Amino acid sequence: MEQFTLTLPSSPLPQDIVRAAICGVVSSGNLEVLVEPGATRDACEIVVNTSAHGFRDIWEAVLKDFAARHDVGGLRLSINDAGATPAVVSLRLDQAFETCAA
Amino acid sequence: MNGRRISYFEASARMRLSGLVDADSFSEFCPPELRQTSPHLAQLGAPQAFDDGVVVGRAKLAGHAVLVAAQEGRFIGGSVGEVHGAKIRGLLDKALVKRPAAVLLLADSGGVRLHEANAGLIAISEIMRAVLRVQAAGIPVFALVGGSCGAFGGMGIVTRLCAEVVMSEQGRLGLSGPEVIETVRGVEEFDSRDRALVWRVTGGKLRRTLGEATRLVDDLIPAFRAAAADLIARYQAHPLAPASLVALLDEQARLAARSERFAGARDGREIWQAAGFADASRVPELSVAEFNLHLGETS
Repeated sequence: MEQFTLTLPSSPLPQDIVRAAICGVVSSGNLEVLVEPGATRDACEIVVNTSAHGFRDIWEAVLKDFAARHDVGGLRLSINDAGATPAVVSLRLDQAFETCAA
Repeated sequence: MNGRRISYFEASARMRLSGLVDADSFSEFCPPELRQTSPHLAQLGAPQAFDDGVVVGRAKLAGHAVLVAAQEGRFIGGSVGEVHGAKIRGLLDKALVKRPAAVLLLADSGGVRLHEANAGLIAISEIMRAVLRVQAAGIPVFALVGGSCGAFGGMGIVTRLCAEVVMSEQGRLGLSGPEVIETVRGVEEFDSRDRALVWRVTGGKLRRTLGEATRLVDDLIPAFRAAAADLIARYQAHPLAPASLVALLDEQARLAARSERFAGARDGREIWQAAGFADASRVPELSVAEFNLHLGETS
């Protein structure tokens, strides 16, 4: 497993999230994203646990894109990944964002 | 989500739960944010899930209090590891205190998680004992089987201990899975790649014919919900009686006779023929309503 944490600047989420939410399943080519309130309002903290080694650059690109597309400051995302492709990760993150913004 | 046309087979454990119980009634025990993950998978460097592949909690079903556990078949085959098993066993222990109308086990599992070896085996045996204890206290446990992993290995045994087993045709129930049988006994014994054969032997229609499943429903979340709600109403009217030695001996004799009667059977078709289906080869094509009608059920 490869593990790392990124703290990405992002505008604050419009409203506070009431409770944690989880999206996705840890199965081959898939991942789960746990959404919780984070420590700081103007940054999104993302903890990645992935079974695929050596793809940190791609993770960073996908996660930075996510933090730029949405206002996700104040969120803490925890990811358990079983080899999802960047497109799947992106969609799952969007789903997680929609779940907590709903 | 209303779950109206959502396939039970295709849905995740959390989707099944949210469509099965009354809207907004579910409250989860040991939720994912507590991160009660498997210590064994961590040691092996394998991916973990925050809920260890099972969602447990309390809810209402048609207004009745229930305790529910839903296994996630897509996480390591819904396998029962130490934490996964402890969550189900803890839920069953809670039933003794809370006395819900029923405990629902949404089984979707190949059995013990081999990564966790003895811890998984112990967990399964604890679940088995807990199911019996809960039912001895008059609280029925219902197994719902309709996921891609079916209910095999230890979870096959747990399922058969339950007072009721609701299955879809897609659901499968057995002890050794088809691939295990083929590996151990050879392809002549069981060709696990013959999907139609696998479903004719392990699928919901044969299990219902043999009486191992007590209901056959369509592969829709609301169909499972309706069956569970109906069963709860029945057990409210006629509470679960404690197992008697006489009844167990009768059941043993019935199973021994069945085993002898079908000893030579190689395929579900032979059993459907014996059960009086006019064209046994067409049974897999029958709708659930047609199939149940043949078995003399109107629901």
